[in-house]
Amino acid sequence: MDKIRALIVDDSSVMRKIVERSLRQAGIELEKVVEAANGAEGLAALQSNLVDLILCDINMPVMDGLEFVRQVATVETAKGVPIVMITTEGSESHVVQALSAGARGYIRKPFTPDQVKEHVLPLLGKKP
Amino acid sequence: MSAAGRLAERSHEENWLPILELAIQEVFEIMLGCQVKPVAPSEHKTNAEFTAMVGLAGALCGILTVRCDANTARLIATHMLGDAAGSEEQAADALGEICNMITGNFKNKLAGTDEQCMLSVPSIISGGEYTFRSLADGVSIETALLYEGASIFVRLQLHS
Repeated sequence: MDKIRALIVDDSSVMRKIVERSLRQAGIELEKVVEAANGAEGLAALQSNLVDLILCDINMPVMDGLEFVRQVATVETAKGVPIVMITTEGSESHVVQALSAGARGYIRKPFTPDQVKEHVLPLLGKKP
Repeated sequence: MSAAGRLAERSHEENWLPILELAIQEVFEIMLGCQVKPVAPSEHKTNAEFTAMVGLAGALCGILTVRCDANTARLIATHMLGDAAGSEEQAADALGEICNMITGNFKNKLAGTDEQCMLSVPSIISGGEYTFRSLADGVSIETALLYEGASIFVRLQLHS
C-alpha cells in the first residue's frame, strides 16, 4: 500500500495519538500525520497540507466536527478526500448528519483497531 | 422530595447503575485492554487529584465525573498511549477522554435518550480541595471500580 498523508482532528491529544496508532495497526503506512485540535485548526491545516484521509471527532470546541466536514467541501484541495468520524456521539441522527455533510465513515468511541481497519481501508481502495 | 420522587430516584439508580458499570467496563476493556471490577464505594477511598467532567444536556441533564489519584491517571494515560505517556497534561487529557467515552457509551445504551441528549467537551480539575454542589434536585448514581489496585470513582449527577 502506498504511504498516505492523514489529518487527525480531535481536541484530545491522547486520542489523536491513539487514532494514529490504530491506523498503523491497520497496516496503513503513514507518510505524514497532521494534527488539529478542532475544526478551525483542521481547516487551517488543509490550506497548507495535502492529505489523503481525514479522521475527525464531533464534539470539539471552537468548531465542531460536523461544521468542519461541511466546510471541507469548500476547500478545493480537499475535495474527494475521505472523511471518517470517530466520536462518542452514537445516535442515528449524528450518523445521518455526518454522512449528509460529507463524511464517508463513522466509528463510535470506544473503538478497536479492527474497527478502524474495517472502516478506513475500503476508503483507501483496500480490502480490510 | 415527594414519595413518588424518591421512588423514581431509587428506580433510576437500580436501573441505571448496571448500565453505567457496563459502559465503564467496556471503555476500559476496549481502550486500555484491561478489566475493571466494581467495588463498594464506601469501602474505598482515593485522593481525588484529578476529576474529569462531561456535561449532559437535553433528555438527560447533568454531569458525569470520573475521579482518581494522579498515579492512576498517569497509569491510564500509559495504558492508552503505551510508552508515549508521561506528562501530567497527558494524564489529565487521558482521564478527560475516558470520562467522555464513558458518558457517550452510557448515553448510547439508554434507548430513546441518545437522540435527544448532547454532551459537552470534557473539563478537568487538578487537585482535590473542592466541594461539588448541584443547585438542582436530582439523582446521583455513584460507583467505584478497582483498576490496577487503585480506586476510580464515577458519579452521574442528573437534574430532575
